[in-house]
Amino acid sequence: MALQAAVKGKLISVIGDEDTCVGFLLGGIGEINKNRHPNFMVVDKNTAVSEIEECFKRFVKRDDIDIILINQNIAEMIRHVIDAHIAPVPSILEIPSKDHPYDASKDSILRRAKGMFNPDDLVH
Amino acid sequence: MSGKDRLPIFPSRGAQMLIKGRLAGAQKGHGLLKKKADALQVRFRMILSKIIETKTLMGEVMKEAAFSLAEAKFTTGDFNQVVLQNVTKAQIKIRSKKDNVAGVTLPIFESYQDGSDTYELAGLARGGQQLAKLKKNFQSAVKLLVELASLQTSFVTLDEVIKITNRRVNAIEHVIIPRLERTLAYIISELDELEREEFYRLKKIQDKKKIIKEKAEARKAALLGNNILHDIANLLDEGDEDLLF
Repeated sequence: MALQAAVKGKLISVIGDEDTCVGFLLGGIGEINKNRHPNFMVVDKNTAVSEIEECFKRFVKRDDIDIILINQNIAEMIRHVIDAHIAPVPSILEIPSKDHPYDASKDSILRRAKGMFNPDDLVH
Repeated sequence: MSGKDRLPIFPSRGAQMLIKGRLAGAQKGHGLLKKKADALQVRFRMILSKIIETKTLMGEVMKEAAFSLAEAKFTTGDFNQVVLQNVTKAQIKIRSKKDNVAGVTLPIFESYQDGSDTYELAGLARGGQQLAKLKKNFQSAVKLLVELASLQTSFVTLDEVIKITNRRVNAIEHVIIPRLERTLAYIISELDELEREEFYRLKKIQDKKKIIKEKAEARKAALLGNNILHDIANLLDEGDEDLLF
């Protein structure tokens, strides 16, 4: 299995607003597999939280995805699902979106590190 | 004594040697595990500071990328749907390698180009320059994010391993070693006790023998005094000087 993983390239998937998705797709990470399932999800203001949750879970289950990029404001909506995901692969990255600046104190990973370090101390 | 936590073992010399060996092993293991935990901790701190650095950098890169998207949109017009509908194959893919830190394998992601650009013709009519810039910006963002992802994965893995290692170190330090030491102390005290008992027993036997001997002497003396035991005393001693046995 390790050999197979080394040979076959893995994908990056995106859950984000339209602009974020379009940007990354232009960057060249988009792929639609044989079953017509895309590796990205566009979230707009009409998207239900349960839908995002389901999509996130589907991405986690897919074994051809190694990294999941998710807008931080969307990550906030499904925080409990992200916190429940503790396996190292796929790794989940929270990225800032166009209209939400990045807030380090909300990040799941950095919150875990908080017990040991204060993130603000290391930045400055 | 019995209320204390120690191994259920019979106190003997053999058991003492066994426990001594185990104690030495536990101490050695404790030292080694502690070294491992330290090595992991060093790596962990390094990764953590790198993560925070990269996260701040990511904020800037993403801002720039979003800005160039707005720029491209301004010149080209809205191309969101065109891009979203024209997805076929991924151009950037991830390869994972393994890195080894003190016996812990950490996955390292690496992005690589695979296949041609699907959006080669996008922005052909106008805004080609802006689109090219946009693509470049997002590609560099992806590269940075892949790097960040591998750091983050290492972080999660190391966090887990460090916790386990520290638990083991503490268990050895606070449970296993004291238990072995208590067992050893118990065995030594029991052995001492046995020795004292043995010594006392020997003394007692000597005393008893002495008393018996004295009594026999006294009786002999009494009989000798009466001239009754004169022949009996010499029953074995016949005066054969040349007899060997």
